[in-house]
Amino acid sequence: MNKDKALLAYTLRLGDNALVLGQRMVELVAAYPELEEELANANFALDYLGQARMFYTYAGELEGKGRGEDDFAFLRDENEYRNFLLLEQPNGHFGDSIAKLVLYESFYLLQLEALVNCADTRIAEIAARAQKEIRYHLRHNSQWLIRLGDGTDESHSKAQGSVDDLWRYTGELFAPDEVDNVFEAEFDGPDLFKIQDEWRSNVAAVLEEATLTKPEDGFMASGGKEGRHTEYFGYMIAEMQYLQRAYPGAEW
Amino acid sequence: MSKKEWPLYEVFIRSKSGLSHRHAGSIHAADDQMALDHARDTYTRRSEGVSIWVVRSSQIIASDPAEAAAFFEPAEDKIYRHPTFYEIPDGVENL
Repeated sequence: MNKDKALLAYTLRLGDNALVLGQRMVELVAAYPELEEELANANFALDYLGQARMFYTYAGELEGKGRGEDDFAFLRDENEYRNFLLLEQPNGHFGDSIAKLVLYESFYLLQLEALVNCADTRIAEIAARAQKEIRYHLRHNSQWLIRLGDGTDESHSKAQGSVDDLWRYTGELFAPDEVDNVFEAEFDGPDLFKIQDEWRSNVAAVLEEATLTKPEDGFMASGGKEGRHTEYFGYMIAEMQYLQRAYPGAEW
Repeated sequence: MSKKEWPLYEVFIRSKSGLSHRHAGSIHAADDQMALDHARDTYTRRSEGVSIWVVRSSQIIASDPAEAAAFFEPAEDKIYRHPTFYEIPDGVENL
């Protein structure tokens, strides 16, 4: 894989991750039990959609075929999305959503911090902006996981169940493929093994404070980075793409 | 779902360095840290602030409106408490 192809693929993955997680959070808009958390979630979802737009716009420029952010977001098929499987998992209950965010954002923040120093200026600029947003998200969401884990017996057992269920999707975050390797070598990109070590100790610290048990590493699901998704993904993008599919080119 | 309201907090925002904190509104939160987050997410979404204070509404000691007459009216006829009450003699330069 050459340098240019790897950069485009890497940029699109960043966009896909942000879009898919953002869409899952959008599904929760107007569903929160407290007004203030409702606002926080909507703010966070918009942060992700904003990041997706910046990555997609850049991907369109790199590709040079006239595709823009909407083309990438709304007019591709399921197997063209290269997001992590973790992010497309259904929202479940509040503890599931929080556990998903803590596990992912603990990784994403480290990835962004590394990307700030990468050799591609545009990616570095987007990462510099995004890392501030994600640092706050992670702080907020970690506090929630600690409250739930260290809360009542019921919230503790539910939070433990959420972490256990989602753990199998965390292996994919750190399994480098050709795109990751070329991007790391050619653009001074993130070293996933190093990130994995930091992630383990950061996540272990939050789980400990939450009085939760870190699950054993067992079978790890993967495939998102190759476009092989879990059964939930098709339904998610069907809803997300409905408007553009039914009324092509619609704007408002 | 049990519906026990979270405590109320008052939110004070400083819009930029050098100014003082001003009351922005109130929010509900389960603890102090959450109150700070909620204040940030509710009242600084459009870059309104550089610093936030939150304080439990129950911790604020407020004056009693029924005592307003005794509290505030005595100041109304003390115009000599305003600097403009005094005439400055022509010869005074550094005042």
